[in-house]
Amino acid sequence: MTDTITAPAQPRTVDARGSYCPGPLMELIRAIRESAPGQVIAVYSSDSGSRTDIPKWVEKAGHRLIEVTPRDGYDEIVVEKTH
Amino acid sequence: MEEPLNLVLFSGTDDKLQAAAILTAGAAALGKPVNVFLQYWALDAFRADRIDTDHGLVAEAGEVGRQAVHALRAAGQASWAETLRQAKELGGIDIQACSLSMDLLQIEQTDLDPLVDGVEGVTAFYLNAGAGQVVFI
Repeated sequence: MTDTITAPAQPRTVDARGSYCPGPLMELIRAIRESAPGQVIAVYSSDSGSRTDIPKWVEKAGHRLIEVTPRDGYDEIVVEKTH
Repeated sequence: MEEPLNLVLFSGTDDKLQAAAILTAGAAALGKPVNVFLQYWALDAFRADRIDTDHGLVAEAGEVGRQAVHALRAAGQASWAETLRQAKELGGIDIQACSLSMDLLQIEQTDLDPLVDGVEGVTAFYLNAGAGQVVFI
């Protein structure tokens, strides 16, 4: 077994504000690849495409969309890596 | 294996290359393989010594379009080359230079940016394309 996996736990934040389509999604994918299953990742995106693209990608990739919350000038999209 | 998306890039202006880079990144995000075949002025834009320079826009952009593109860039939009680099990190993307265009421009693979994986002829491109869509930009 591996000894490098840390406890799932702390939500991870990917601040992709200022990045344009498809930058925020690519940053999320990178974070998901680096994370263990169970990891919760909050993406901050000021690109309006993200609020449709990221949930669709999450569904297709089989992860779990927890919430999409409009913030001041950006959206916070929270995703759980499920596998 | 999912059929690949096959992009033939002919135009070497920054707007068309940006559109192509975004299509490539989107496909890569979905795990769809992408074959990119560089011809003519698109290949010229991938020269290592000028990939990050200004390649202009298509004529229809006009002055207003030029200002809009520059404003987005100034606001932090990644260049097409940077978008392609990020997309390649996701995997499944193969960028090939058209051998005839290499002859036309009188360049060698060492003259090209490392984004370019190799040089091939049109037959190899079609063989790799399989039954996937071919899009010409």
